[in-house]
Amino acid sequence: MTAAVALAGVDKRFGDVHALDGIDLEVGPGEFVSLIGPSGCGKSTLLRVVADLEQPTGGAALVGGKSPQQARLDQDYGIAFQQAGLLEWRTVAENVELPLHVHGVGKVERRARATDLLTLVGLHEFAGSRPSELSGGMQQRVAIARALAPSPRLLLMDEPFGALDEMTRERMQAELLRIIGETGAAVLFVTHSIPEAVVLSDRVVVMSPRPGRITEIVPGCRPVDGAATDLAPADVEDVRESGAFFSAITAVREALRKGHE
Amino acid sequence: MGSRSRTVVTTVAAFVLLIVLWELAKLVLPPGGVTVGGTRVLPRTDNAAMPHVWTVLGRLTEPEVAGAATTRTVGAAVASGALFTLGLAMGGLLLGGVLGVLLALVMQRFRLVERAALPYVVASQTVPLIAIAPLVAGWGGNIAILGWSWQPWASVMVIASYLAFFPIAVGMLRGLTSPVSADVELFRAMASGWWTTLVRLRLPASVPHVVPAVRLAAAAAVVGAIVAEISTGTRGGIGRLIIEYAQSATGDPSRMYTAILGAAVLGLVAAGAVGLLDVGLRRYRGSVR
Repeated sequence: MTAAVALAGVDKRFGDVHALDGIDLEVGPGEFVSLIGPSGCGKSTLLRVVADLEQPTGGAALVGGKSPQQARLDQDYGIAFQQAGLLEWRTVAENVELPLHVHGVGKVERRARATDLLTLVGLHEFAGSRPSELSGGMQQRVAIARALAPSPRLLLMDEPFGALDEMTRERMQAELLRIIGETGAAVLFVTHSIPEAVVLSDRVVVMSPRPGRITEIVPGCRPVDGAATDLAPADVEDVRESGAFFSAITAVREALRKGHE
Repeated sequence: MGSRSRTVVTTVAAFVLLIVLWELAKLVLPPGGVTVGGTRVLPRTDNAAMPHVWTVLGRLTEPEVAGAATTRTVGAAVASGALFTLGLAMGGLLLGGVLGVLLALVMQRFRLVERAALPYVVASQTVPLIAIAPLVAGWGGNIAILGWSWQPWASVMVIASYLAFFPIAVGMLRGLTSPVSADVELFRAMASGWWTTLVRLRLPASVPHVVPAVRLAAAAAVVGAIVAEISTGTRGGIGRLIIEYAQSATGDPSRMYTAILGAAVLGLVAAGAVGLLDVGLRRYRGSVR
């Protein structure tokens, strides 16, 4: 199967600033890969290159076998930022429908898809609410539902839980794993949090300070069993208390330190 | 009580307060005004300078020319003048609004145009209206569009639009550029083109900026229409009536105030019309983040 993301020697310079230096990375279908590193290491830039929001100055990027631009035009990926970025004049359901609306999908089909997705993220009873009536965690769940609306095979997430409190954050991580398990989409996930990267990911990509390079790739502890569809929050809790979780955290921590030397 | 009905109540209360102050001034201050060292610091308050409120209102029902029984009443003259001017002001608001929105769209789409045009847009408003009015009338007089020869009222409408276009262009531009970059990038990530982004993001987001701008523009259009009527000598509007009645103010002071009252009501009606727009777009009002 074609890799969800394939990066070969990707380089990015902003004038004199060398943001990314020879990034080679492959994200398999359905794989969850986190990017972690100090501020300014270019992890967001890397995500933006995949999303075709930045043009690399060197190397090649493929998204599902296509150029990032083609993938963007075909809505092959969904994206979520740190701020949920919901449009206040649209209801929750209309926000979820937005990507379909932009692409001229009919009203009935849009509504049905929004209902499914809101059920998936557990917010179907808020379909008619205004975004401002929702808590930060709920808004972020709506943003994830919106990203999933065109049924993408790849989800790009730039610190989506960065603005949430710790409790909400852990609940959202479990939610995300369940949702991703049900859709089977691959995820490229930018985060500042080591435990978050470890608990969510199949692989944690550790990056060095500018110019951003991949220092090391550490296996994560994503709880996947045969039936990912009935992944319970308790399963994620078990991972957080396991020895493998703590040793993976230590491994990421050491890789980050190595990147600084 | 809703905020809207509260607005109505305070507006009426302010009007009543104004009447009370007016009558209080007549009651308390000396009729000849107050003079300090040869300089008058407070106006004369006799009936020739400040007629009673009820005299002004009463004058509305009397014939325009005292003694002539056949002519229409002052009230009818003021009402028809105010309606004529309101029509021109609203026409000017519409014309200026369309031009302002189009200019803002072009400025948003092409930043070069914004940099090039915005200083001139601002500068256009520093040219005194009194200077432009005869120019517009003069140019217009030489124009005939598809057999339709330019009418004086068209000059008035153009001048009103000249004042109305400015706040709308500036407010619209600010509104169109108000979405944060994360929102703009989200639309880009969804492969939304310029037009779709405009309709689904920029236009809805601009409403909270545009409604106050239209309110300003409506007031500017009314003032513009009145001043333009006066300086181009256009007949039929409230501007002409103000001048006409002011010329005979010494003999008939309350008649002049009826025209001024008419102009004030005209402004309120124009502002109220914008209020309706605000109600219609309520869904988008809270969209400033």
